[in-house]
Amino acid sequence: MKKPIAGGAGDAAGTVALPHPRTSGAKRPSAFLENERWLAAMLLAPTVLLLGLFIAYPFVMGVWLALSSTSVGNPGEFVGLKNFLKAWNDSIFRTAFYNTTYYTFWATVFKLTLGMYLALLLNRHFRGKRLVRASMLLPFIVPTVLSTFAWRWMFDPTFSVLNWLLYRTGFIVTKLPFLSDGDWGIWCAIVVNTWRGMPFFAITLLAGLQTINPDLHEAASLDGANGWKRFWHVTWPLLKPVTLVVVVFSVIQTFSDFQLIYVLTGGGPANATHLIATYAYQVGVATGLLGEGAAISLFMLPVLFIVVWLQLRYLRKLEGA
Amino acid sequence: MVIERKWKKWVYFYIPLTIFVVGTLFPFYWMLITAIRPDAELYRSWRAVNNAPFWTLAPTLAHFQDLLAKTTFPQWLWNTFFIAVVSTLISLFCGLLAGYALARLKFPMAGTLGTSIFVTYLVPPTLLFIPLADIIRNFQLGNTPWALILTYPTFLIPFCTWLLMGYFKTIPKELEECARIDGATRFGAMVRIIFPIAVPGILSAGIFAFTLSWNEFIYALIFLSSPEKKTVPVGVVSELIRGDIYFWGQLMAGALLGSIPVAVVYSFFVEYYVTGLTGSVKG
Repeated sequence: MKKPIAGGAGDAAGTVALPHPRTSGAKRPSAFLENERWLAAMLLAPTVLLLGLFIAYPFVMGVWLALSSTSVGNPGEFVGLKNFLKAWNDSIFRTAFYNTTYYTFWATVFKLTLGMYLALLLNRHFRGKRLVRASMLLPFIVPTVLSTFAWRWMFDPTFSVLNWLLYRTGFIVTKLPFLSDGDWGIWCAIVVNTWRGMPFFAITLLAGLQTINPDLHEAASLDGANGWKRFWHVTWPLLKPVTLVVVVFSVIQTFSDFQLIYVLTGGGPANATHLIATYAYQVGVATGLLGEGAAISLFMLPVLFIVVWLQLRYLRKLEGA
Repeated sequence: MVIERKWKKWVYFYIPLTIFVVGTLFPFYWMLITAIRPDAELYRSWRAVNNAPFWTLAPTLAHFQDLLAKTTFPQWLWNTFFIAVVSTLISLFCGLLAGYALARLKFPMAGTLGTSIFVTYLVPPTLLFIPLADIIRNFQLGNTPWALILTYPTFLIPFCTWLLMGYFKTIPKELEECARIDGATRFGAMVRIIFPIAVPGILSAGIFAFTLSWNEFIYALIFLSSPEKKTVPVGVVSELIRGDIYFWGQLMAGALLGSIPVAVVYSFFVEYYVTGLTGSVKG
């Protein structure tokens, strides 16, 4: 980190362990770092470079690809909105779009309600609390692909442990078609997504809960509020800001999800469980139609844009307040 | 506090909590039990009378041996580790500098830059993977670890910057001002005074970034093609399923071994991880 000293006296200064630069002269190259603008430019350069090269540039290129007929080994030409229109008239794409919305909606609802419930439970004092809290986060830590394999094995058409359990306890007489039916398949994905994402909600909401002054609850219960009323009138209003942010993050991640469906159903049976991202992968990478694939994944943009815009507006409002 | 009856505590607290714990941990138990179960027991009809799926009387390490001897699994572990560490270091470096600049320095466009870094934080990898694959090809980076080491920071830097920016804002400005009065340069004060104080924040960001890059899937799936170059999630998906046949014993052994490194890192730094997690949304 030490800059080479331009003038003389370098040797002497180097051996002394003082944090030096009292003797700084105007000629030293580090002098321009005293200027806030220059320093800021230097500090931000690596970030701007990397993000520009691998986010902004691919984004521009993605838009260009989506407007062209490019495929693997074929540079392609400008075709206007043809790829978008083709996707829109494609029944598999429509299913994928519908699935993505459905999946995002229900998974978020479950993650929020269960996560809130778990956060309220974890906010109490009990023995082994730290251990329970730590183990609750495991689904969120472990690579999604790997844990989804465990679920796929649990949903296995022939050897499903869940079928075994339900059969033995007398709830079912024939096997449930977990992943071999489209409607069941998407619900299985919702369950797995909820299992994986709920800890994130729980732990973040728990952090929010811990900032709430217990006196407020004390006062409310003295005023005769029961548990539900205390939650609704005291806890919830204070928790709303953090909840909103967590929901936004989760919606973005769920809406753009790829790996869970890729491993769990692969989009099948008969393309019934595709999400936008998995379908874009199938068209763009597996089939090699880069232009069409890029157009399909760009269909995510309007939804993400709205969500991000709402989030930014909300943050501004918070800063203004 | 509010006084409760005993049965109420069971109904409203212990039972729901137990359900949560069991539901959360069961898939991991299932991974373990599948990984140590011999094949003959694994593929037994679900209606078989003597079927006891929840434990095994003949535990075996055969699946682990197969995994380590017949596949390049150890190599995948090393690749994942190497890629995760290097991309985390790059992201921390960029995030530290950028976070400091955004939190402390006055310069034109500061607000715009801060907002755009935040927006890139919300851009999901699945939006850009097709053009990015093209760019990686053009840069001749395909099938090298650098394809991932350079692209992972795109989702790690915004997060690190955001987290560390929040952290820097909590450090009183007076500390730096004192150092500067004593003759330190701006840069010197940042490196010697502020960064050491920010070590907990750096650790949180680092741990979180490490787990994120360990978990990444889609870029690794598309940018790497030779079996010995793959990361654990991609290797498990593409090399342990041959045709339509799933080798469940090996798959679960792989899932278990691939999860252990992150789980260990996490268990040592739970508190930092939780700070990173909650900080990642609050900023």
